[in-house]
Amino acid sequence: MATAQPGLWKRHEIFEKNSIILLIGALIVVSIGGLVEIAPLFYLKSTVETVEGVRPYTPLELAGRNIYIREGCYLCHSQMVRPMRDEIERYGHFSLAAESMYDHPFQWGSKRTGPDLARVGGKYSDQWHREHLIEPRAVVPASIMPAYAFLDRPLDTEAIAEDLKANRAVGVPYSDEMIAQAQADLTAQRDPDGPGAAGLQRRYPGATIRDFGGGRTRATEIDALIAYLQVLGTMVDFKIYEDKKNLR
Amino acid sequence: MTDTPQAGTPPTGPETTGHEWDGIAEYNNPLPRWWLITLYATIAWAFAYWIAYPAWPLLTGYTGGLLGYSQREAVLGEVEAVRRDRDARGQAQLASASLDAIRADPALLRLALATGKAAFGDNCAGCHGGSATGATGYPNLQDDDWLWGGTPEAIERTIRTGARSGHGETHLGDMPAFGRDGLLTRAQIQAVAGYVLSLSGRPGTPAATLDAGREVFAGTCAGCHGETGTGNPEMGAPNLADAISLYGASPEQVVATISHGRKGVMPAWEGRLDPATIKSLAVYVHGLGGGR
Repeated sequence: MATAQPGLWKRHEIFEKNSIILLIGALIVVSIGGLVEIAPLFYLKSTVETVEGVRPYTPLELAGRNIYIREGCYLCHSQMVRPMRDEIERYGHFSLAAESMYDHPFQWGSKRTGPDLARVGGKYSDQWHREHLIEPRAVVPASIMPAYAFLDRPLDTEAIAEDLKANRAVGVPYSDEMIAQAQADLTAQRDPDGPGAAGLQRRYPGATIRDFGGGRTRATEIDALIAYLQVLGTMVDFKIYEDKKNLR
Repeated sequence: MTDTPQAGTPPTGPETTGHEWDGIAEYNNPLPRWWLITLYATIAWAFAYWIAYPAWPLLTGYTGGLLGYSQREAVLGEVEAVRRDRDARGQAQLASASLDAIRADPALLRLALATGKAAFGDNCAGCHGGSATGATGYPNLQDDDWLWGGTPEAIERTIRTGARSGHGETHLGDMPAFGRDGLLTRAQIQAVAGYVLSLSGRPGTPAATLDAGREVFAGTCAGCHGETGTGNPEMGAPNLADAISLYGASPEQVVATISHGRKGVMPAWEGRLDPATIKSLAVYVHGLGGGR
């Protein structure tokens, strides 16, 4: 081909003989691909779906999420009900992008050694989660999940305000008030009769306030993890969500 | 081909492209034809795909494609089609018929049992076990001991609203933590635990303890569990006079139950499961052996 078009070949020669120009040329080509494929996702109406009910995680839920990530739960559990009938029948409504809009990083995953957890919130009791995390085979004899009994230790809450700040830096709308109250909210979420419950409920509408089976002792890592698991997939009320209006 | 430049000295060497830098020439080894054809075919397929399916982002939307495909629409249609198919096979009757009517109609009963069994494995087995025999803290559904009633209607209600689940109509009933909250002394708890064990015919409690325990029971426990300890499904107060103990029947376990109270939680399934499935589960669980 090149012999047939010596003019074109001559123009291409500059890339082949000049590594810097080749590099710049390659960068330009790759960034065009990126611009076309990625950039529109941030402004297209159809890819930016806002759904009523989705709120940032409470400090306790966020602490639980951090443990979920630290322990690598995502290696065996996905968090995305795909739009396929068999998944919908087993797990519930397919996941919406908006449901993980405050997840940094998202936990969708693609490996399912265990079941999908996108809608696990409310499916089991707190007590079940506790027993299951401590010794999975106590409640599910055939389970191959490792035991996480060591999570029954005090939760390190020192950095929770910093966690909220880090999330704010990547776009989660935590207010100054939320950050200032992070430490208090983390305690308040486990005490429905406590003085902090009303403030927490105002800052995080719909948040579940209970002891998550941990009693009146200091919050443990298991308490935080259960608080996180119990909120998964429960923020959007699918009784009022209109599928037909939200086709993509 | 006669004017194609040749590489190196052997005049019969491989064909070159004619590029040469510093005496190094480039061989011209064409790609296999089948490979090239496959490549061109995939490129042609890409063009067809762009036209048929959603592909290119525009300023405010994207090209929808001639087929107008939407994954959400497709799956909603699929779910709807299966629902209609199941309705035609009797699921619609399951949703509208009363539990008694379902149990009286062999065809409906068969469908309900099959639906219930599948749903049980997916949703209930995690706590109640694959064969519904339960575990400590999770009731055995095969026996005829029922915390919240064992009629089909009562079972359906329990599945629908759960127990202490946060559902608006959920079963509520809290056994106080008599020890932790200081409602009974340690001695009183020991005594009443011994008395409770004797209610189900378990031996080993001295007569003096029995008398003390009976007194505590009459004053503190009988209100919910009944004078004779046979329980009250209105409050989820278990029958203490049978051999079945949800949280164990060793003296230590009974003392722990009285000291800390028990607040077993069952999730509410309304909203998560459709009414026909909940009814099927009620019929299935009722039919496991212990239904009343």
